[in-house]
Amino acid sequence: MQAAWFLAVGGLRRALGIGALLALAGFILGPLATLLVWAFAGAWLFPHLVPEFSLKWWVYVLGNADVGKAIRMSVLSAPTATLLSALICIPAAYAFARLEFPGRRLLLLSFLSANAFPKIGLYVSIATLFYRLNLMDTFAGVVLIQLVNTLLFMIWIPTGTFRGININLEEAARDVGAGPLRTFFQITLPIAMPGLIVAALFAFIAAFDEAQGSLIVGTPNHITMPVLMYALVLSYPQPVGAVFSVLLSLPSVILLLVTQRYLRAGYLAAGYSL
Amino acid sequence: MARLLLDRLTKRFGTHAAVHDVTLDVRDGELMCLLGPSGCGKTTTLRMIGGFVTPDAGDIQIDGTSIVTMPPERRPTAMVFQRYNLWPHMTVAQNVGFGLRLRRLAHAEIDRRVTQALELVGLPQADRKFPHQLSGGEQQRVAVARALVLQPKLLLLDEPFSNLDARLRVRMREEVKQLQRTVGITTVFVTHDQEEALTIADRIAVMHQGVLQQVDTPAALYAYPRTLFVADFIGTMNLIGARAHAAPAGTMLSAGPWHLPVAGTRWSEGSEVTVAVRPEDVVMAADGVELEVRRVVNLGHYLQAVLWCAEIGEIRMFTDKGAALGEGQRVAVRPARALAFHGSELVEIGGPMHPAVASSAERR
Repeated sequence: MQAAWFLAVGGLRRALGIGALLALAGFILGPLATLLVWAFAGAWLFPHLVPEFSLKWWVYVLGNADVGKAIRMSVLSAPTATLLSALICIPAAYAFARLEFPGRRLLLLSFLSANAFPKIGLYVSIATLFYRLNLMDTFAGVVLIQLVNTLLFMIWIPTGTFRGININLEEAARDVGAGPLRTFFQITLPIAMPGLIVAALFAFIAAFDEAQGSLIVGTPNHITMPVLMYALVLSYPQPVGAVFSVLLSLPSVILLLVTQRYLRAGYLAAGYSL
Repeated sequence: MARLLLDRLTKRFGTHAAVHDVTLDVRDGELMCLLGPSGCGKTTTLRMIGGFVTPDAGDIQIDGTSIVTMPPERRPTAMVFQRYNLWPHMTVAQNVGFGLRLRRLAHAEIDRRVTQALELVGLPQADRKFPHQLSGGEQQRVAVARALVLQPKLLLLDEPFSNLDARLRVRMREEVKQLQRTVGITTVFVTHDQEEALTIADRIAVMHQGVLQQVDTPAALYAYPRTLFVADFIGTMNLIGARAHAAPAGTMLSAGPWHLPVAGTRWSEGSEVTVAVRPEDVVMAADGVELEVRRVVNLGHYLQAVLWCAEIGEIRMFTDKGAALGEGQRVAVRPARALAFHGSELVEIGGPMHPAVASSAERR
């Protein structure tokens, strides 16, 4: 009797747990599933529950010259911004992690400032600067704007990662005869790599998804995919937006799948516990 | 084969002197322990030898050549750290061979030396494993192999076994001692564990608050501690506050119930002296002072008895395990040997001491 009672409660608990999990999954994945359905639907009108399958919107979107141009622009600019960001930020992050200098914390927090104010104001003031520097409507200008959005990830996560690497590991390398540079490249960098990959992933997504700043700086000739999305959503039938959304999320999804074995909560947490 | 000389080495962190004016001579092939409580400057001293901390003053010489301006990668020293010794992204063989690869040795030569080094530390089959596949003790052995494979002049060990469990620690310390004898390498070993220092070292340098207290063999350190700190820190010691009095045949120290005669008129009347007595020097004697036995602890091959003396508190005594001692019983004891400290002066007091009862007539 007693045992059966416990079993029933255990079963109930498990059922509740599974139910909650399904609800959460539905909440997160539901809109995405709808998006997928819309992207492959020819027409989806009442009273049909299941839409007819069609690739016509894909043909339409991919055949559009503006779309091709925007894809090229995004595929070139986002990796460039990520790479530049890594080149600038990883050495800086190492300095933040290893050196104690006055104003270290303040400087670290300053990287948050780009995310702390209404972005549109920031972009407008950047635009006035870009006009003077002839960076408006250029590839370099768009890359720079995307770069601003990657800084936080590329500084904070690697700083946390480098801090997590015990200094003894570096000292041991110095001890057996490696100079500071060799120690960094052969010891520190390989050990930090998983954390750096996570940082680069977040930075890439931030750069790839950037729309506001790119819209201001890049129009009319340097339109990235998220910027074009605005135009598509406003002036084309619904499935076009869905198709484009799927295209827009493809790089992130692919990168997430490729790097998923490095994705551990620890790296993010280390980045934010400065 | 190398001789290490530290010459008036000083390091300050802020205004606090972590290491103050340390002069130490480590002989060729010697195993020198730097011993002291945490924060005494022993690790800072070792890190200065390794090149990871820059001294504020003083010199470090190996075989008469100053190395104090060299970065760690150019010093002929090899260090084994307390923890996080091995690079997790390399196999054991790659870890051990890293320094050799930097020196651009031929592959065959690197393999030969790595194999040899791993055999030396008793891990010949571990070469393809990664550090996380090894136990803590095995990791430290690989770290020792990595240090020795470069044939350094000086081996530096920074509390290398403090993260191992007690039994393994004892075994590893025997192994390192054996290895050091075999290789004959001059070694500086930092530890806060006096038992470790006493068993492993040829000589021990005791440090306290950045100051070198005494450098001596384990036996000398135990029998003739030169400062009160060393007396208290090494082994177990009964410290008894005493006063000096003039006596017909020199000076008399009244230490609790005992009166200890000292030759000569050393100290002025009434000056305060500390008398230090090892527990094994507290012996049962018919003419001793009767004290109450508070606790008896069987420590295997001997007994530790805690005696109670109304004037000075607890007195510890080590005695033969066959001794008939019961708690609550009274035994007559006297110090067979003692050391008296007054400022920087130290006097050994040998021979039997006179219990206060016997000298009460004298006092009157």
